[in-house]
Parts: sequence; C-alpha cells; structure tokens
Amino acid sequence: MNPWENEGSGPEIQRVIVTVVGWDRVGIIAGVANTLSMHNVNILDIRQTILQNYFTMIMIVDISRSPVSLQELQLILRSKGEEIGVEIHAQHEDIFKYMHRI
Amino acid sequence: MPISLTPEEIMETIRMIQSENLDIRTITMGISLRDCAHSDMKRVAGNIYDKITRRAEKLVQVGEDISREYGIPIVNKRIAVTPISLVGESCAGGDYLQLAQALDRAAGQVGVNFIGGFSALVHKGLTRGDENLLRSIPESLALTQRVCSSVNIATTKAGINMDAVYRMGRIIKETAERTRDRDAVGCAKLVVFCNVPEDNPFMAGAFHGSGEPELVINVGVSGPGVVLNAVKGHPDVDFGSLATIIKQAAFKITRMGELVGREAARRLNAPFGIVDLSLAPTPAVGDSVAGILEAMGLEKVGGHGTTAALALLNDAVKKGGSMASSHVGGLSGAFIPVSEDAGMIRAVEEGSLGFDKLEAMTCVCSVGLDMVAVPGDTPAETIAAIIADEAAIGIINKKTTAVRIIPVPGKKAGDKVEFGGLLGYAPVMPVHAFDVASFIKRGGRIPAPIQALSN
Repeated sequence: MNPWENEGSGPEIQRVIVTVVGWDRVGIIAGVANTLSMHNVNILDIRQTILQNYFTMIMIVDISRSPVSLQELQLILRSKGEEIGVEIHAQHEDIFKYMHRI
Repeated sequence: MPISLTPEEIMETIRMIQSENLDIRTITMGISLRDCAHSDMKRVAGNIYDKITRRAEKLVQVGEDISREYGIPIVNKRIAVTPISLVGESCAGGDYLQLAQALDRAAGQVGVNFIGGFSALVHKGLTRGDENLLRSIPESLALTQRVCSSVNIATTKAGINMDAVYRMGRIIKETAERTRDRDAVGCAKLVVFCNVPEDNPFMAGAFHGSGEPELVINVGVSGPGVVLNAVKGHPDVDFGSLATIIKQAAFKITRMGELVGREAARRLNAPFGIVDLSLAPTPAVGDSVAGILEAMGLEKVGGHGTTAALALLNDAVKKGGSMASSHVGGLSGAFIPVSEDAGMIRAVEEGSLGFDKLEAMTCVCSVGLDMVAVPGDTPAETIAAIIADEAAIGIINKKTTAVRIIPVPGKKAGDKVEFGGLLGYAPVMPVHAFDVASFIKRGGRIPAPIQALSN
C-alpha cells in the first residue's frame, strides 16, 4: 500500500502530518523518529527534501496507539525541535486534505 | 475517495499559515435570546446572562483546541445574539443599559472579546423596543467593553428610513461625545446597515437574525496575505488568468473555514451555519486588501482603476469561495476598513485615497464605509447624509452596505486616532463641508427602488 494514499486505512488510524524544517545537520531524522517511537507513534511514511534551501522532512504518522494526545505530542515535538535546532509541527491530516482535495 | 498529498502541497499550506497570515478570523456562535423576554428588566438581564454563559461555556476552549490540533490560528471567538430590541420589548422599563451590561458580563465570563446584537431593524419604522434600544446606544457603548451595536435603516424592498438615518447621525455624534476620552471608540462598535445579513459572523455588525436556529456556528475566514502573494507571483498575466489565480487562492482559504466551522459545530453540538468569504485585512504587514490592488498594478489605492481592480478581486473571491463551502453567507466580500488595513491607511496619509473614491469602492465590494475617522466637528446632518449615500448604493445595487464612522471630538483632518488592537489606527479624513441640513431634515422614507428598467 502506498502510505500517501488514504485507501485501506481503517477507521482506527489517526493520521497526523509532522513537518520538520530547519538547517540540515546530523541526527535530525534520528532525533525525531526516536521521540515518536518513545511515545508509540507509528511512522507510515517519510519524505525528505530541500525546499528553498531548507531541510524539509514530512512524515505521515499514526497516533492511534499512542498514549499521548495530539496536543501533548505537539508540545513534546516542539521541545525536541528546540533541542536539535529545527522547527517541528504536528497537525491533523484533515487541514491538508480539506485545502487540496475536494 | 483516494487521498494523496504531495510534499509541495503540505508545505504550501504551512507557508500560507506561517508567512502569509492565513487564519480563521472568527468563530461566532449565534444564540437566540427570544426565550429571555420578561416584563421585569432585571429578570431579562439575568436570563440573558444565564443563557449566554450556559450555551457558550465551551466556545473559547473548543476554538483553542481546534486551533492547536489543526495548526491554524483562530483569532477571535465571538457571540452574536438576537437583536436586543426584540428581547427587551416586553420590559416595562425603557433603558436597556442593564441588558447591555448583562451581555458584557456574559461575554467576559466566557472569554470572548466582542458580543454583537445590541441591535434593531428599523428600515420601515420603530417599535417601542426599537425606540428604547436606539435611545440606550450611546450610554451602553460608553459603559461596556465588549458590546457591539448595529441598526438596519434601509432595505431594497422597503427603501430608506430617513428619519432613522438622521437619528443615527445624532446617535453617532452622541456616542463619540460619550467616549471622547478614548478617541470616540464607542463609534467603532456601532454600525449602520442597509440590507443587513442575519448570519454575519464579523463584528461590529453581527447579530442572530430572526430566521436563525436556536444555536448556530458561523465562521469568518481571512487571508488577504495569501491572495496578495498569489497575485504578486504573476505580475504579467492577463485579467482572466489573474481572476483564476485569485479564485484558486480563495478556494483554499475558504476550505479552512469550512473545516474549522464544521469541526467547531460538531464539538459544540450546534448546527453549522455559514462560512463568510470575506477577505478581512489586519494592520499586520502583508495582510492588506489595498496591497492586493496595488500588486495588480495600481501605483496607489485610490487612483483611477481602483474600483475596477476591487470589483475583479471581490468577484473572484466569491467565485472561488462559493465552491469551497456548502453554505456561504454573511457579508462575503473584500473588506476595506480604513483603520484596519495598513495599505488603506498609507493611501489616505499620502493623499491618494479620499472619501469620494472610498464611497465608489463600496459599490463593488463587501461592506461600506468602514472604520473611517472624520473631524469631530462634522455635523450630525452630514453624517446622516453619508449614511444615506451608502444606503442608496445598497438599495439600488441590492447589496449590503454599512457605515462605521467615527467623528473624533477635538480632531481635525490629517490628525491620527489610535483605537488599539485589531481596530488599528486611522488618519482623520476630510469630509465635504457643504450644508445638507435642509435635505436631511425633510424626514420620511425614500421609497423602495423599482426592480425593472435596470440601468
């Protein structure tokens, strides 16, 4: 299954888009992935690119089996971002779906 | 339906929010107060307070939760209620200040910054409740923080109630006088309407109309910055392509309103009403409607070509937005408030935008003369004549027009007035000094316009 497709995802899956933007350096992916796994957040896909000179990583994750809520996860990721010098946002997938798809 | 998102699309959304000031301007909860009526004024005030604090208890919390989870700012959470002229009508007493204070306290208790509905619809005449409300406006706006007032004085079907127009001219002057120590800020919370919509989520003109349900969630979107960047990115395209680019941007902005409105309605257990498609500017850099018009190729807003540019913008926003939402309503168009838009302020200060061009612009956009500061010695009759002109544009063109004008005591043309916050600051604009008193004092009603022979 292509994880960027919604088809086949059960109703229990809660997809959240995590975006990481900053200057490239060693350990960004490891740091973010580690934090996610510590809170039992499943990474469905990662795409990483350089957009307008910035390291940009976009992850689609499933938080349905995580003991923390989306709002708690946002705070955890924000402090991780401050620690490794990048900006991390976690947003409900619907905001992107609504804007770009009918 | 399969959903696939590209990284570019995801980053586009994030860019719109982070660097182009895309936000949800307001989630406005409409609450019917029709069951709060009683013959005892104190009981009515108590009923109003109890009902609002009960119904809107979670409004602010829900707004903040949605904002965090979706990562989009929701700037204001607000409340619109049944026009107080209707709610207070059965009271024995005639001073509605108590009711305004009940609204103010309730709004403070639930944490909203403005509450709209200290309103009356008087386009054909006044009932006792309307009369009492109008009489209470200056004192109520002076003695409350959050209460907004609006009065509808004309409709296309009824014509213009010129007695009410003159009355509003005097009420605006009195409100300015009562709040003279705060640069007449009371007038920033008072709107005079023609063809007022009953589901407008934006202040100061929001109220909960008589055709509305018990409870409703309406949403106002913003996003001049997004449209501005889209226009700036295409300096050489022709007008057809330009309109398409604006439509696409408006579509995306409005989808955010639709999502947030539906989610807020679900969480607050209220029906979802409408998305208001208005482009609402703020004093922030890059969040200006005037900036969009200048990006289209005008040297300065207010020069020749401004009306055409605004007409294209307003129409494209409506076309793009109406496809994005299942229910569109409210004011739905581009706002051109003078004080709340950095580009408009600059245009007035630099002399490119005058009162007359501003009036012409209101023929093709959403609202009307909005947040216009004028000299403190402007007579009530002249203010009434300004209102009458706007109402005439509204009834003939079958559109909403409004006047939110601030005659600032002690200030003259060229001075500056600071209202603070979203209300911004405004240069005082000169008005024509010719006498209109004999015209305004005729009184009566201007008849409803013919709907055929439409030239």
